[in-house]
Amino acid sequence: MYGFLIGVGVLLVLSIVWMVYRIQTLVSVVKGSDKKIASGSNKVNAILFILFLLGTGILMFWYSIKEFDNYQLPIASEHGVITDSLFWITMAVTGVVFLITHILLFIFPYKYQYKEDRKATFYPDNNKLEIIWTAVPAVVLAGLVISGWVAWSDITAPAPEKAHVVEIMGYQFAWEIRYPGKDNVLGDYDYRLITASNSHGVDFTDKNALDDFPSPKVVIPKGEPVLFKIRARDVLHSVFAPHMRLKMDAVPGMPTRFWFVPTKTTEEMRAELNDPEFEYEIACTEICGRGHFGMRRVIEVVEPEAYQKWYAEQKTFIQQNPALAEGLSTEVKELAEIQLRESNK
Amino acid sequence: MATASAAHHDTAHDHHDHEHHDNFITKYIFSQDHKMIGKQFLVTGIFWALIGGFLSVLFRLQLGFPDLSLEFLRPLLGGWIDEAGKLDPTFYLALVTMHGTIMVFFVLTAGLSGTFSNFLIPLQIGARDMASGFMNMLSYWFFFISGVIMFISLFIKTGPAGGGWVIYPPLSALEQAIPGSGLGMTLWLVAMVFFIASSLMGGINYITTIINLRTKGMSFSRLPLTIWAFFLTAVIGLLSFPVLFGAALLLVFDRSFGTSFYLSDIYVAGEALPNTGGSPVLFQHLFWFLGHPEVYIVLLPALGITSEVIATNSRKPIFGYKAMIISMLGITILSFIVWAHHMFVSGMNPFLGSIFMFLTLIIAVPSAVKVFNYLTTLWRGNLVFTPAMLFSIGLVSFFISGGLTGIFLGNSAIDIQLHDTYFVVAHFHLVMGSASFFGMVAGVYHWFPKMFGRMMDAKLGYVHFWLTFTGVYLVFFPMHYIGIAGFPRRYYSWTNFSFTDLYTDLNMFVSAAAIITFAAQFIFLFNFFYSMFRGRKATLNPWRSNTLEWTTPLEPGHGNWPGEIPAVYRWPYDYSKPGAAEDFIPQTVPLSQTPESNLPHEQEMVKLELEIMKEEAEVLVANESKH
Repeated sequence: MYGFLIGVGVLLVLSIVWMVYRIQTLVSVVKGSDKKIASGSNKVNAILFILFLLGTGILMFWYSIKEFDNYQLPIASEHGVITDSLFWITMAVTGVVFLITHILLFIFPYKYQYKEDRKATFYPDNNKLEIIWTAVPAVVLAGLVISGWVAWSDITAPAPEKAHVVEIMGYQFAWEIRYPGKDNVLGDYDYRLITASNSHGVDFTDKNALDDFPSPKVVIPKGEPVLFKIRARDVLHSVFAPHMRLKMDAVPGMPTRFWFVPTKTTEEMRAELNDPEFEYEIACTEICGRGHFGMRRVIEVVEPEAYQKWYAEQKTFIQQNPALAEGLSTEVKELAEIQLRESNK
Repeated sequence: MATASAAHHDTAHDHHDHEHHDNFITKYIFSQDHKMIGKQFLVTGIFWALIGGFLSVLFRLQLGFPDLSLEFLRPLLGGWIDEAGKLDPTFYLALVTMHGTIMVFFVLTAGLSGTFSNFLIPLQIGARDMASGFMNMLSYWFFFISGVIMFISLFIKTGPAGGGWVIYPPLSALEQAIPGSGLGMTLWLVAMVFFIASSLMGGINYITTIINLRTKGMSFSRLPLTIWAFFLTAVIGLLSFPVLFGAALLLVFDRSFGTSFYLSDIYVAGEALPNTGGSPVLFQHLFWFLGHPEVYIVLLPALGITSEVIATNSRKPIFGYKAMIISMLGITILSFIVWAHHMFVSGMNPFLGSIFMFLTLIIAVPSAVKVFNYLTTLWRGNLVFTPAMLFSIGLVSFFISGGLTGIFLGNSAIDIQLHDTYFVVAHFHLVMGSASFFGMVAGVYHWFPKMFGRMMDAKLGYVHFWLTFTGVYLVFFPMHYIGIAGFPRRYYSWTNFSFTDLYTDLNMFVSAAAIITFAAQFIFLFNFFYSMFRGRKATLNPWRSNTLEWTTPLEPGHGNWPGEIPAVYRWPYDYSKPGAAEDFIPQTVPLSQTPESNLPHEQEMVKLELEIMKEEAEVLVANESKH
């Protein structure tokens, strides 16, 4: 029944539109406005441009100011402060250009709308003007590029030696976290070693791997450099930590990295935002399949002392699953057993 | 021009004798006439625009109204709606992928370049037809075959390709990773091979025709900017599409023949693959070597059309004709050396990132010059708001809005946060999608009288413009906020993350605006098809324009001009010239006929021009006597 009523309604609306269309066509024929160069609609369109300028301008400013706290994510890393300031400087520069050009673009149609008794100004070129508006944008852009380049070079420079290493591996559809353990060196891995119990493909014949440990979340210390070593197991993924202003693709066969210094602990951010539920998050930003929208991991930023404590408490892969040490060479196996004994004490 | 056509009336007769009589098939289907091929591209482009737009409405329903039951779509989508009435997440990705592919390639490349390059090049340079009519026909039919294959891929069981329109491997190479990478991806690749062949054949034709078949007096410095734009577009396409072909070919090898160009160290679906040594980043480099020029392949023709429409309807010469050409040349060259700005965080060497950041921001300069020139063209004009003019002004607005956000994204430091968020979606939909789309629509409104000999209804055009212009901004402007807030692209839903668990209202608003904007296009469709048969008869030169196409008969036959092809004596932008009686002087009017409006340097050329005309007349007489 509803479908029928809607159908009738649509038909009615369409026929009304049709009649209005026919009537206005016939009226314009009678008036002879189709013979004129510019009919009365010309003025209407000119005025609409002004209304559009005012309407959208007000809407834009109102919404941008009202929503500022919603779309401006709090910053929690050192380089994030720099990239955000670059963002807002660029916003200011482009904003001015945006406003001026649009004011001109919508006022000119009103001001110079067709009048029969006027003739347009024949003004084919002016090299001086062309040079000015080639040079000015070039200079402004050069300024923006150079400041961006300085920031980019700093961000992508090699990580400090003392940086805390965390390995993040993307796969369909989650992230796996691995820490290098006491030696702060991640053990080798090989994708051919991946099994149900060794989802990272860690190569336990490498001594450096023996103290590596997994973690369900990324725990990092505040105020100290952290190096994310990023890789992928199956398809492309991309590590995106929005509050850290951090993004780097995870590429199968080509490890990538991104280092940064977190500036606020999770607790501090909770207090600042007055949101006891707040967590830093990692999302995936490279299309990777069905579950692309659900690859969530939590980052927990803690004070350095708490970090050391947490770090020491973690159980290594081998401690969690002694079976992993099976089939290793005797030398490595001994090391593994020492470790197991220690943890049993 | 009236005298010119009168003088050639008697020669027109023997032309009619040569004219072969077309039957339905040679006239409408396997036509070799550039005008009919242009119309074929246009109608096919409109068909694909509807499909592409409809796909976007489907995924906007999911994004704007995540709780809505889509049960009513089951008759159409079948198994892609699950038991709970929800859209399947895999199919969502396929929708996004096909929307992008269709819009970029089938609508804005073939529908725009294919339509207007074919239709306008011979008419505006004064040629009988394209250099090779047969190859031109093949170009359309390869495009058609490509479309058929892509269309079929929408209906197969495993779904169409779903790895994004950029089809990055390994996702696009591994059927185990996403079902769309099976048969769907194979069909996608086959379709693209036909598509690339089609655009190459078109491009070679456009370039050859423009270089070789210009009429007397039509020097490069007298070409309308539309032709310059089509010319440079074809050059870009000719140089970049083969690279996409290469990239696709290597992907085919990886998919079907066990090579490892793009694949390395992969463990998927419980199995370690044997491939090692390949690089997914290599594919990205190859893809964007086409992908970025592709942006200008869709944009330049739109800018060319806009230049023509704005100059005509401002009743003013385009400001800075030479600067416009130089900036288009600059864009053409630079478009080839900025591709890696799509890859700042792909893991490529950060030093490359620095280089590409510098190159990218250089390309903003010629774009800025174009905008300033458009503004100055409007300044102190006598503006007639035809629907084409409105859409051209709309294009300039989108070009500014979307272009400025490019300055953020071209800056690698800022791009870290914005890459692959909705900010990017907003950016390219404005600067490339909507701007080019507006250029295409402006072109249709402007040249409809030449295509079909009838006028489109202007009032419906106004309603169409204002609904679409406002609609596009209401759809894409809010996406900037969503993007700055960090919402990633190609997400099926936002509720998994607390940082994206907001703006349900804004997304709903965007979806509603998208649906209304899509619906508004049916006004255009009605106007287009109704006017084709029932529209008011057009006059010969309804916009009082200077270019050559308006000197042809109302519905030009095969060969375009019944008599001799008119010669050209001036540039196409003599609008509102001081001293002239009318506010336009067509290109076919000799300088010697307009002493009252000639500029000093033109006055000097009059003597030379008279000499040439005298010689030509002698040749003409000699030819006549031979008959």
